[in-house]
Amino acid sequence: MLGPLGLAAGLLILASLLAVLGLAAGSEGWSLAWAQEWDLVSAIRAPRTLGALLTGALLGLAGAIAQGLFRNPLADPYLLGSAAGAGLGVVLVLAAGGLLGQHIGLATTDLLLRVGLVGGAFIGAVVGVALTLMLARGTGRPLVLLLAGVVVGILLSSVSELVTLISPEALRGKQIFLLGTTSFLGWTSAAVLAGALALVLPLALRFARALDALVLGEASASSLGLDLHKVRLLLVVLMALATGTAVAQAGLVAFVGLVSPHIVRRLVVVTHAPLLLLSSLAGAVLLLAADVAARSVIVPQELPVGVLTAVLGGMYLLVLLRRRGNW
Amino acid sequence: MAGPALRAEGLSLRLGVHRAVDGVSLDVQAGQWTAIVGPNGAGKSTLLSLLAGLRKPDAGQVWLQGRAMAALPPRERAAALAWLSQQGEAEGDIAARDVVRLGRLPRHGLFGAPTTADEAAVDRALAETEATPFATRRLNELSGGERQRVLLARALAVEAPVLLLDEPTTHLDAPHQRALLRSLAGRARDGVAVLAVLHDLTLALAADRVLVMARGRLQADGPPADPALRQALMQVFEHAFSIEAVSTVGGPRWVAVPLR
Repeated sequence: MLGPLGLAAGLLILASLLAVLGLAAGSEGWSLAWAQEWDLVSAIRAPRTLGALLTGALLGLAGAIAQGLFRNPLADPYLLGSAAGAGLGVVLVLAAGGLLGQHIGLATTDLLLRVGLVGGAFIGAVVGVALTLMLARGTGRPLVLLLAGVVVGILLSSVSELVTLISPEALRGKQIFLLGTTSFLGWTSAAVLAGALALVLPLALRFARALDALVLGEASASSLGLDLHKVRLLLVVLMALATGTAVAQAGLVAFVGLVSPHIVRRLVVVTHAPLLLLSSLAGAVLLLAADVAARSVIVPQELPVGVLTAVLGGMYLLVLLRRRGNW
Repeated sequence: MAGPALRAEGLSLRLGVHRAVDGVSLDVQAGQWTAIVGPNGAGKSTLLSLLAGLRKPDAGQVWLQGRAMAALPPRERAAALAWLSQQGEAEGDIAARDVVRLGRLPRHGLFGAPTTADEAAVDRALAETEATPFATRRLNELSGGERQRVLLARALAVEAPVLLLDEPTTHLDAPHQRALLRSLAGRARDGVAVLAVLHDLTLALAADRVLVMARGRLQADGPPADPALRQALMQVFEHAFSIEAVSTVGGPRWVAVPLR
């Protein structure tokens, strides 16, 4: 049987192969003549490939934390209001640009505007989670927390709708953001994503045993001497940081956070520490695979990567349901 | 050791308007194997979670090895008292052995690594509940009885001086129920204070001491040989059965016989 080390090795090999493809996939088809188009490769394809890997890793990590924290294999890192919050953040920045007479597209290369958009999405994601925590009065009751996340999600999404109704120029940018896209990932994005992963992953690994203990149920985990309130709050914050950073750079890429931990759990029997690592790797591989495909299926056009992850993720879940005989 | 392993004084807890536990006081000595019995809704599980320090009582106090429960750091409490929950809440894809390893968490802490002593305790606990053969399988792939034996092993692996078990025989087949009782009696002989909520009265009557609970209160407390205890037991169950003595190789045993 495949062990955790075997799976890690397999995922690393896949990631390397995909990275080569990522560097080769351009708007005019495949090309490995990197020396001739060095500028293109180093300025666009390389950061985009690295950014896709890192975004996927953050989403895979956040998904594994979410599913352990809520003791639910269908929990998604977007659940706690971060997705709707980030969406609102982006819409507000776009609409504000419209009010100031500046038409901002998501593709803007102006550094200040880019920082504004990314910052807006990140702040929105964090505010969304904070609102959810306030509404649920902390993390003490996981079910209430989930419900609060749903309520905040609906509320913030309707505010987004309202803003786009008043300021229609924000609509297109919002759509691209909601679909998720890796096409704006540059070196700065890659650096920010790498920073977030370097902060969140080690901390999450340090608390992985608490996620193991939660397998027993809330009360049993407490009986083992865990301070569940603190541990849960910390894990929610880590999840919000990972999700917020990923979403701010690449929009609402669907299903990577939900499916990555699933795939790992199906293939190997592991505790949460290896699961967090492997799920990050799986997320990286998934998102880069989707990104390479998005860049190469309809050359010279490209698909928003989120459309592909949604299709692939949806198909995976359907296969899973069929295998279990539930569908 | 001086004083009881576990002491409760005037414990009360309301759940809504319902007095789930109503002024319960009791001492549990080290080396004593005690069963709690009573009809559904008598407050047995609530009492056990109060004794385990997992709920705060509205009134009253619990002392664990002479120290006030409310003032104990959680990890010290967890190392001194193991608790097995009644509900089958455990749910996950981690291996059975990793579930049992969680029992050592109070010893090595969230950030410490399990030592060889910890691994040995895990092996002992798995062997004690005969769960070694499926130790590498996922918790979610085990049958109800196998899962219960893994969860029991998790509680035993703590090797705590006080062991509180809520319905430990759930899902177990008859031989494993008997085996569990033997290991609980063995733990008690080694000086552990064992307190278990049991539904099967015949199993409960194998304990050194039986606490009879109804409507949140302790109705009787004594060894099964005490006629007053047996009388109280039949009374709280509205004389649905009688308790008979059966002589066995190991001496007389008490058996609950259904009457209707």
